[in-house]
Amino acid sequence: MNITLNGTGHTVASGASITTLVSEVTGHSLAADGQATDGRKLGVAVAHNAQVVPRSQWSATALAEGDEVELVTAVQGG
Amino acid sequence: MTDTRAITAGNLPDLQDPLVIDGVHLPSRLIMGTGGAPSLDGLGAALLASGTSLTTVAMRRYSPSETGSLFQLLVDHGIRVLPNTAGCFTARDAVLTAELAREALETDWVKLEVIADEHTLLPDAVELVDATEQLVNRGFKVFAYTNDDPVLALRLENLGATAVMPLGAPIGTGLGILNPHNIELIVSRASVPVVLDAGIGTASDAALAMELGCDAVLLATAVTRAQNPAMMGEAFKHAVIAGRLARAAGRIPRREHALASSAMEGRAEFL
Repeated sequence: MNITLNGTGHTVASGASITTLVSEVTGHSLAADGQATDGRKLGVAVAHNAQVVPRSQWSATALAEGDEVELVTAVQGG
Repeated sequence: MTDTRAITAGNLPDLQDPLVIDGVHLPSRLIMGTGGAPSLDGLGAALLASGTSLTTVAMRRYSPSETGSLFQLLVDHGIRVLPNTAGCFTARDAVLTAELAREALETDWVKLEVIADEHTLLPDAVELVDATEQLVNRGFKVFAYTNDDPVLALRLENLGATAVMPLGAPIGTGLGILNPHNIELIVSRASVPVVLDAGIGTASDAALAMELGCDAVLLATAVTRAQNPAMMGEAFKHAVIAGRLARAAGRIPRREHALASSAMEGRAEFL
């Protein structure tokens, strides 16, 4: 199915969770609590249809056709 | 000679004179920004040279092609991260950005930046007040980037801001502290830490901010765009310490006329 990720079209498996999406995009496998299993701090956050989703709820949040997802991280600034 | 003062050149700033914010001891009173650095390696060297304990980052869309993680760099160097809401023009955007930052970086500290337009990058007082109130209610520790307006600074403090951060001059201009009197007035009335933020051009500007009584200085461009960022970072480290010491030492009053420092009595006479 098609969603919008960071403003551009993206295809994910039907019924995929936010965990699946974040894992696929960042290349890190994620535990149920949303933390990377390799122990690294991913430093990313997700807004799902303009609502921030805590990482503890990523695996329980299923994506639907047409959803808008923003995946952000820390960059140089300020 | 025994020096019993709490602040001395020898022990500052590591142990005796930390900046305490929200119960956290920050050994350095120099808060760094990270904007404008051409490379992550160069930025890391400049941050280390500056001795900073707290550094700002912006929140932007994740890009898989980006090499290296700024967040990881700060974690590796033991530098606490202060996410900002740079680029937000409304309280709504600022609150959403702060929520994302809290989730991504696992900190409830936020440098609140709500700007009016891209030309001046000056804070929008109305949106700033609104956003401060909302963020404080949501449990954030708000470091409010504000105009050099003593009235607004006190308003932000009364709304629950953890620190107020008046600008010296517009972001990135390097014009220094354009209204030292207002900065002094903000300091004299504040009971939360005052951080001079933005407009710093060179080391003496940071020293002046500390002499005016600011608790810390925040800067980015002056270091990241200097010809030698690491050297400039070190210069700022010393400038902040020097200004802090000078403030504590108590400067002499200004006088209209000269005052001889050598006694006139006992001079040799030449006939």
